[in-house]
Amino acid sequence: MKAKKPKPAAVKVETPTPSGGGVSRRSFFNFLWGALGLAALAELVWVAFSFLSPGRQSARDQPANAVVSAGAVESFPTGTVEGFQRGQFYLVRLDSGGFLAISCKCTHLGCTVPWVEKEKKFLCPCHASSFDITGNVTAAPAPRALDMFQVTIENNVVKVDTSKRIKRSGFNSEQLVYPPKL
Amino acid sequence: MIEKFRSLSFLFTSHSSHEDPQSPHRIFKTLVFHIRPRMVAERTLRFTLTFGLGGMAVVLVTLQIFTGILLKFAYEPFPVQAYDSLIRLQTGFPFGQFIRNIHFWSANFLVGVLFLHGLRVFFTGAFRTPRRVNWIVGLSLFLLVLAANLTGYLLPWDQLAYWATTICLGMLDYIPGIGNRLQQWIMGGPQLGPATLRNFFALHTAVLPVIIVALMTYHFWKIRKAGGLVVPKSPEEIPEEKPAMVPSNPNLLLREAAVALSAIACVLTVALLFDAPLGPPANPGLSPNPTKAPWYFAGVQEMLVHFHPTFALLIVLSLALGAFFLLPYLGGGAASPGVWFASADGRRTSVAAAIAAGLITPIAVILDEYVIDLAAWMPGWPQVVSNGLIPTALFIGLLAGVYIAIRKPFRAQRPETVQALVVFLLVMFVMLTIICAIFRGEGMALRWPGVRSN
Repeated sequence: MKAKKPKPAAVKVETPTPSGGGVSRRSFFNFLWGALGLAALAELVWVAFSFLSPGRQSARDQPANAVVSAGAVESFPTGTVEGFQRGQFYLVRLDSGGFLAISCKCTHLGCTVPWVEKEKKFLCPCHASSFDITGNVTAAPAPRALDMFQVTIENNVVKVDTSKRIKRSGFNSEQLVYPPKL
Repeated sequence: MIEKFRSLSFLFTSHSSHEDPQSPHRIFKTLVFHIRPRMVAERTLRFTLTFGLGGMAVVLVTLQIFTGILLKFAYEPFPVQAYDSLIRLQTGFPFGQFIRNIHFWSANFLVGVLFLHGLRVFFTGAFRTPRRVNWIVGLSLFLLVLAANLTGYLLPWDQLAYWATTICLGMLDYIPGIGNRLQQWIMGGPQLGPATLRNFFALHTAVLPVIIVALMTYHFWKIRKAGGLVVPKSPEEIPEEKPAMVPSNPNLLLREAAVALSAIACVLTVALLFDAPLGPPANPGLSPNPTKAPWYFAGVQEMLVHFHPTFALLIVLSLALGAFFLLPYLGGGAASPGVWFASADGRRTSVAAAIAAGLITPIAVILDEYVIDLAAWMPGWPQVVSNGLIPTALFIGLLAGVYIAIRKPFRAQRPETVQALVVFLLVMFVMLTIICAIFRGEGMALRWPGVRSN
């Protein structure tokens, strides 16, 4: 804003300037005030941003037990898909007998994709993407295959680690986990 | 709006100039004229110059603040409880449903009114110097209001809210580099949950209103600094000539009060007749079919059906938005301010562009839906190319074609051509919004409104 009144004439204070023509005491202190002010501002911004940083609630909002025990190996016939509400994944057992845990979050915008048994496909209700039983995209706009979770089989029990979502561009047979041959 | 009510009461009292300068009445009057101008250019009072849209927006924001504060006394920002508190609000609180309806409807009207207000400013040429900065402030306010709407949309924690917010936040993931981190930051975790609701509640009820009100104040101050509204001038008039001024009391204040009261009456009537929607409580395991973004983001959602997300959001949308922000710096030339569509030429080219966009958009959407399947036609190519780069190139080619088609046969000036391009883009976006909001049903398939498939 422009002040209407004429500026009050600066009070003349004799400030001894160093003979070398360097910085006067006044301009030095003005600079110091400015620098301190900026430092204080930077600190405030830093405090605010650390307060709001994403890590703050990870301890509280994350489920304590991220490894889901899905069940015994025999309870999953080959060629079937079983949904798990907790952890939000599908446990798929392919015809070959291999296990695959697929995230039910569409890779397009994050809707939950239901498994449609009739068409043998995951069909996203939001933008009509579809995925086959291995999670590969069969219809755009989804840009990549459904994410997967690590499957382990211990003592004949299938376990899925839901803490780490593994992104992949497509399905390959190395992603399958087979129960140990008896 | 408060100031408008004040000005209204003020109309019924005498105002002699011999008043005691210390009397409350005098102080009051000074306050009113501290906010509103004392004199206004007579021509800016014409209703068809502004349609009172800016004033309506102020009224709606005031209604939002008033009803929002009331709602805060009833709402609990935790999942599950949030939904229950809404049920309690609607059934247990006197006028609870009515207050929520006002908040809901006036939020929706606000988006529409601001959109029209922006069109008015653009098409009357009121965005050029000395109003350039205010154009940018205004656009920022529009984006902030959209953010306020989106954050408010989640709060009921019903299916509609949960999934619409999921897909809107899902869009952030496609910003290269920072997208994923930004998304997690806003969501407060890897998934939409209690942290998201906390964040949205804080943004919706504290951060955004404060920024919006502060920026509004700046917006109005800049209008005063520009000497009031843009004064319409026909080309044969001398631009420097001072326009005829009239006292704003009662000329301006009475008109403002009329607009304010009409706007309030409209909102209250709609709020009495139509309840704000509340679906079943949010269920993270089940996306409803179809899941649609709120209508003001439906155009973006429609783009996402056709383009690879990186292109739809980053290239097309951010380029278009950037171009809108820079409009006052691109337009060139001095078009006649205050004249709708600048000139007869401007009117013709705008109508032509609007008709072209109105025809091309649905045809392109239908073709892409039923005929074109680039991903299948180009096996082996990554989707970024088949669904992203190629459609985007086609789209930019189309815009270039429109530019040439307007420039050459119409022999249009640069401002008129830019204007026609803007009309083209806007009509296109409006058509996309209508297609997504009304013509898409189950599985996001095209269908006539009201018709259910199988």
